[in-house]
Amino acid sequence: MNELPQQLANGLILGAMYGLIAIGYTMVYGIVQLINFAHGEIFMIGGFGALTVYLVLPDGFSLAAAIPLMIIGGMICSVAVGTAAERFAYRPLRGAPRLAPLITAIGLSIFLQQAVWKWYPDAKKDRSFPQFDGEPLSILGANIQRGSLFVLIAAPLCMLALGLFVNKTRSGRGMQATAQDPDTAKLMGVNTDRIIVMAFAIGAAFAAIAAVGYGLHNGQVGFKMGFILGLKAFTAAVLGGIGNIYGAMLGGLVLGVAESLATGYIGDIPGMELFGGGAWKDVWAFTLLILVLLLRPQGLLGERVADRA
Amino acid sequence: MRNRSLLILTTVLTTGALTLTACGSRDEGKGGGDGGKTTVVIGVDAPLTGDLSALGLGIKNSADLAVKTANKEGTVEGVEFKLEATDDQAQPQVGQQNAQKFISNDEVLGVVGPLNSNVSQSMQKPFNDAGLVQVSPANTGTELTQGDGWKTGDRKRPFKTFFRTATTDQVQGDFAAKYLYNKAKIKKVYLIDDQKTYGAGLAASFKDTFTQLGGKIVDSDHINPEDRDFNAVATKVKNSKAEAVYYGGEYPAAGPLSQQIKDSGAKIPLMGGDGIYSADFIKLNKKAAGDLATSVGKPVELLDSAKTFIKNYKAAGYKDAYEAYGGGTYDATWSIIEAVKIAVEENDGKLPENGRAAVLEAMSKVKFEGVTGNVSFDEYGDTTNTMMTAYQVDGKAWKPEFSGAYKPE
Repeated sequence: MNELPQQLANGLILGAMYGLIAIGYTMVYGIVQLINFAHGEIFMIGGFGALTVYLVLPDGFSLAAAIPLMIIGGMICSVAVGTAAERFAYRPLRGAPRLAPLITAIGLSIFLQQAVWKWYPDAKKDRSFPQFDGEPLSILGANIQRGSLFVLIAAPLCMLALGLFVNKTRSGRGMQATAQDPDTAKLMGVNTDRIIVMAFAIGAAFAAIAAVGYGLHNGQVGFKMGFILGLKAFTAAVLGGIGNIYGAMLGGLVLGVAESLATGYIGDIPGMELFGGGAWKDVWAFTLLILVLLLRPQGLLGERVADRA
Repeated sequence: MRNRSLLILTTVLTTGALTLTACGSRDEGKGGGDGGKTTVVIGVDAPLTGDLSALGLGIKNSADLAVKTANKEGTVEGVEFKLEATDDQAQPQVGQQNAQKFISNDEVLGVVGPLNSNVSQSMQKPFNDAGLVQVSPANTGTELTQGDGWKTGDRKRPFKTFFRTATTDQVQGDFAAKYLYNKAKIKKVYLIDDQKTYGAGLAASFKDTFTQLGGKIVDSDHINPEDRDFNAVATKVKNSKAEAVYYGGEYPAAGPLSQQIKDSGAKIPLMGGDGIYSADFIKLNKKAAGDLATSVGKPVELLDSAKTFIKNYKAAGYKDAYEAYGGGTYDATWSIIEAVKIAVEENDGKLPENGRAAVLEAMSKVKFEGVTGNVSFDEYGDTTNTMMTAYQVDGKAWKPEFSGAYKPE
């Protein structure tokens, strides 16, 4: 039986999730050249925010109706934490050498993980997340869980909305200007501080959507879930060309599909039996990243950044 | 100026974050020392936080119950036992730090735990060097007691201080293979493990017996236990036409793995070892029905010897269930208490000067009727009780299916 459609679908679901998180890395990097390593934890907090909303809703409330509320709840939590992080952890260090905010980000990431671990009820182990009942849907030869459809639908919608925002609105153009040259943008009357907060907020909101998708797809959320996924999303952002929002989504999809296909097929190549399967998928994903960066150092859709400094 | 105060705030937050991770939570066992009594501390080390805390808290509480019972009944005259619990977060490095902490406390005469075989590997040597007895209720890695050469028949005990009330992966994998092949009539299995000491060892031992019996391993795979998306592997399982999956690993990954395999359309059971025999496996897996697990000993609920344990555990009002290792932990703790008793009796009713050496020597003489059956240790430090039980998920709970003792060929 041909398992290619199924493996592609698995990869796209995973990739859409990576892409949504990668947006947060790429926007912040594009504007302030900061790698916000706490972004994985902001994603995790979005998941717990959504779970909290579900738990406070009365019993018998249908999951489909609860999802918009859960997204809003998740976004409120993640955006609050994301903008607070910007205000209190990163803004004071804006003029500091690059390493200072980077280390702050790592410290913040550990702090957020431990805070959820300590104070969220019963979060010391994975908590189960609501899931849709019913048989999986068969689409083009692939079985797709009802819950997994969410991220497949949400990702393109989010990209469309973001594209419109960046290109058509005043704030979006301000964002582009700040990314190109923050000092000149300031001289032209762009409130760069506001733009930076906005970049953090949008990244956090997208992370919350990804977190709801993660919960519906995997049926659980845990305080550690942001670590590996954040790392993968960062990889996706680099793969697609850091600083480029479409690149982040493309990088996510490429990474997800590559992982899925590596798990499914590398082991079938004669002589490669030992290097296939789920344990080696990360190795292949990073091999791909290295190859892409060797051939296109700026990433798939990235612009040349060498002349920036 | 404003910026400076924010900078300070940031520094404080970051420092706070680092401090939080540096000191895992620690729980001091309660129990006062009477004036005339000698205090003997029994350590217990298990993951009290994190993914595996359901099992770890059951271990801590059961050890606590054994210590309280011994104090109440005055099992060892003139000795007041005290429990000291540490959290290893299922990480070998943390486990080793905890081991050093127990070693540096002269009152500690024995340690119960840990849960994970790889954590145990990091604790064995320090305990051995210090001559401090360690009894694990849960480590099943065969090499822990029989050395790396056990597969080729070259059994050699690497650490004289290590004992366990759990049986070995060899026994467990063998039992699972025989159960699947002979009782469940399954001939084609897809083998998955998580590459950790416990999971890989269990899967290897399962594979040996299953292929010897004539069964076929249609394919095998390894997963990363930190992942939660196993759909790519699930798709391979479905297309392999396997009749069951055997998974060497623990429930945090096994739950979603089992569910995603069933979601992919393969209506086959997942079987695992005692690492998935937890109520949390069913909580994290909406399609757990039909899945199988093996665990050490007969089901605690069905044993006459365990009735008192269950009654006392409930009466003590612990918040968490005793889980898979409750009975084994009680027995492990009690074996240390018995060893202290032997040491005291042989020294005219006083705790010998060199308590650790005396307790270590007494361990080989320990023999008592425990929660899980007769408790005593063989020349490798393994339990002489090789009873195993296969469980199946029925509705929302594990139901015992079949029990049997391991018979070496």
